[in-house]
Amino acid sequence: MSWFGSRSASPRVIPGFGLTLGITVAYLSLVALLPLAMIAMQAFRLGLSGIGHILSDPRTLHALYISFGTALAAATVNAVFGTLLAWVLVRYRFPGHRLIDALIDLPFALPTAVAGIALTALYAPNGWIGKSLSGLGIKVAYTPLGIVIALIFIGLPFVVRSVQPVLEDLAPEIEEAAATLGASQGQRFCRIILPLIAPALLTGFTMAFARGVGEYGSVIFIAGNIPMISEIAPLLIVIRLEEFRTDAAAAIAAIMLTVSFAILLLINLIQAWSRKRLGDA
Amino acid sequence: MLIQAHRATSIAEGPTLRRILLGITLIFLTLFLLFPLAAVFSEALSQGLSVYWQAINEPDATSAIRLTLLVTGLSVSLNLVFGLCASWAVAKFSFPGKSLLITLIDLPFSVSPVISGLIYVLLFGAHGLFGAWLKANDVEIIFAVPGIVLATVFVTLPFVARELIPIMEAQGRGDEEAARTLGASGWQIFFRVTLPNVKWGLLYGVLLCNARAMGEFGAVSVVSGHIRGMTNTMPLHVEILYNEYNFVAAFAVASLLALLALVTLALKALLESHNTNTPNAPRL
Amino acid sequence: MFCTPVSFRLHFRCILLALAFWFVCAPMTWAADATLLNVSYDPTRELYKDINSAFATAWKTKTGENLAVRMSHGGSGKQARSVIDGLEADVVTLALAYDIDAIVDKSGFIAPDWQSRLPADSAPYTSTIVFLVRKGNPKAIHDWADLARPGIQVITPNPKTSGGARWNFLAAWAWAEDQFNGDDAKVRSYMRALFANVPVLDTGARGATTTFVKRGLGDVLLSWENEAFLAIEQLGPDSFEIVLPSLSILAQPPVSIVDANVDRHGTRKRAEAYLNFLYSPTGQRLAAKHYYRPISPEYADPTDLKRFPHLRRINMTERFGDWRSVQKTYFSDGGVFDQIFLSR
Repeated sequence: MSWFGSRSASPRVIPGFGLTLGITVAYLSLVALLPLAMIAMQAFRLGLSGIGHILSDPRTLHALYISFGTALAAATVNAVFGTLLAWVLVRYRFPGHRLIDALIDLPFALPTAVAGIALTALYAPNGWIGKSLSGLGIKVAYTPLGIVIALIFIGLPFVVRSVQPVLEDLAPEIEEAAATLGASQGQRFCRIILPLIAPALLTGFTMAFARGVGEYGSVIFIAGNIPMISEIAPLLIVIRLEEFRTDAAAAIAAIMLTVSFAILLLINLIQAWSRKRLGDA
Repeated sequence: MLIQAHRATSIAEGPTLRRILLGITLIFLTLFLLFPLAAVFSEALSQGLSVYWQAINEPDATSAIRLTLLVTGLSVSLNLVFGLCASWAVAKFSFPGKSLLITLIDLPFSVSPVISGLIYVLLFGAHGLFGAWLKANDVEIIFAVPGIVLATVFVTLPFVARELIPIMEAQGRGDEEAARTLGASGWQIFFRVTLPNVKWGLLYGVLLCNARAMGEFGAVSVVSGHIRGMTNTMPLHVEILYNEYNFVAAFAVASLLALLALVTLALKALLESHNTNTPNAPRL
Repeated sequence: MFCTPVSFRLHFRCILLALAFWFVCAPMTWAADATLLNVSYDPTRELYKDINSAFATAWKTKTGENLAVRMSHGGSGKQARSVIDGLEADVVTLALAYDIDAIVDKSGFIAPDWQSRLPADSAPYTSTIVFLVRKGNPKAIHDWADLARPGIQVITPNPKTSGGARWNFLAAWAWAEDQFNGDDAKVRSYMRALFANVPVLDTGARGATTTFVKRGLGDVLLSWENEAFLAIEQLGPDSFEIVLPSLSILAQPPVSIVDANVDRHGTRKRAEAYLNFLYSPTGQRLAAKHYYRPISPEYADPTDLKRFPHLRRINMTERFGDWRSVQKTYFSDGGVFDQIFLSR
């Protein structure tokens, strides 16, 4: 059934379009869009040249680079390990299976500040893990690597929980058919499973990435917060606020919002495209 | 739902590969999940159960627990209604600007918690858009419970919707259209057809939303005002205790949050095993 | 299949019941006739815990009213920001006069002459900046010069976000100015060397203390005197010791009522009595007990006073001018601190 074909062919049979879309848009506008518009209003008080001035500040640029870069690294790690985790949880039965399944949601439940404190305690030079790593000459806490660690922790459930239900629903017949036709394990994964879980994986990746960009509570404990090295953009916003410079804070916030919005929109478009492709196939 | 169909051995991985994959998974999990969890509990219980109990039973802690449950209950209910509406509209209908709408629903994820708090301060703060009016009418929003609820609602807004949209989309609208043809009303379709089909996704979404609402720190911290016994949620109370060098109590309250989450997850597992005898309708 | 909607409805009913329960219970927490809200900065938690209960007793005997003082703690700048944005503080007790000036400038909630309304520039107790080092002082850190030595790790919070860190910066600057006879280039190169030794910039004083004490990072912590004493008391009498530099700064954490709020709440009398209580014999005794230097030492317990050795403390305003201009010159965007830190 083609996506477009179904739209043009059938009138809306299912009721509730106006009601649900109305509630959705109204709620979204009141809770999210109107408040977010305040950021734009504040930022534009600076004028375009003012925003440009803040954007060209090397410290702001570096903070943005750190925030987006570490989030990207962490989301990539999570995409790989999250898929692996989902696979193992869906396909294998082993002692402690239930426990691990439940544990995946832990990063959601643990307050970010607690996560930050716990991770710092572990990865600091005198912590359980940090001690052995510093023996190898690897510094984690108080470096950008520490930020990546915190963001991996924060973003892990997004990927697992997006991919897991799709893997569970995967009909074994498809794989069996492929196996019968002589496809190797690698081929089956790349040609059959990966395309099927791709939209969910992309969703999880996007969510992990987007969450990582803005993360504050867990990161500030482990980052060290040195300007031009490990200072993240949200911290810079807080610093600007505490200097009583709301407009500068709003300008950085507006830049972050615009970039994340663009990335999210792009990925959602890719997803819509991949759905269409699958639907047409 | 973890029904394991009897898989033909022809499609399962070999035992070596299986062990390697499992090994990697377990190491990864230990490093990133088990160790932090163990650190929280070992700190919390480092001075025995009675100290732990005292830390949780102290008046500031109980009022923080109460506030957290109130705020969580309110924001989860609101976002549950929103999530159902949004996913229905997005998954069951085609309309221009759908990708934009989905992106907007995602937006609170990518907004830094700091900004999520800040926007409400800009709206309702003393010098915000509605600040003067609120002050004149003696309505307190920020630095009071309504502000904390608003910030939490904002932060957890995408969870239910984002969980439901892919599932509803995967199911298509065949079932609903069939039910409609057979004369079912809109509510009947929703309760008898759609809801049973998406129940696990919905439950996942609610659980995630719930867990995140309980644990939210950054946004709430901006709008709370940190008044002890009044506007301190559990995560903020953890921070306060930590800053008072009361590490045991801080980790005790933190472990309580982790426990609450683990209990909800156990409940979820129980619910699932209870429903094993009603087989899932084939999806896709 | 059909049982599912029912169980969902049951689920909802449970949630609603639970909600109603918490709504009913929530307002039962407060049993006082009147309340005051004191918005303060991080290191004063222990001090005001004692002050508040002492004041409540004194107020009860004087007026018969049950008064509960609520506290809000956080970084000084953040707390000022919250008051500006409408946090209903009756009194503020912050780390720097600049933060109260900011409330005056940005919101007008406090009268501009606030600092002259109470004795001693509205600072009922003072403090200073000292060095906290590991037991036995293994790196032999004795004065400011040692902090700029290669291989020394210095822990200080970020002067952009922390009031205490601004005192740290100014104390180091004042010492260097004396040391190099006011040679600006030498002062700056000293400060650059000092900040090149800083591996972590925490956002607040408490965070820096935790980094130094719990994480074991750094050789020396620049700290409020009262924070240093408290850290030793709470976290390890056998692991740390205090080193007094040859010169430090007179840190005056100021207090004020928030005029707009007390007038609206009708709490001006109580708030004024509360702040005056800080200057009373009991208030001064408690300040000394919690390692703040009292401005009237005669009221303090002599054994508490012994803990404060003599230290040359320069007066900030006499040396650097008022806080508004200090903030602008040193800590604003692109100011002296930024220049030093980014070129270290």
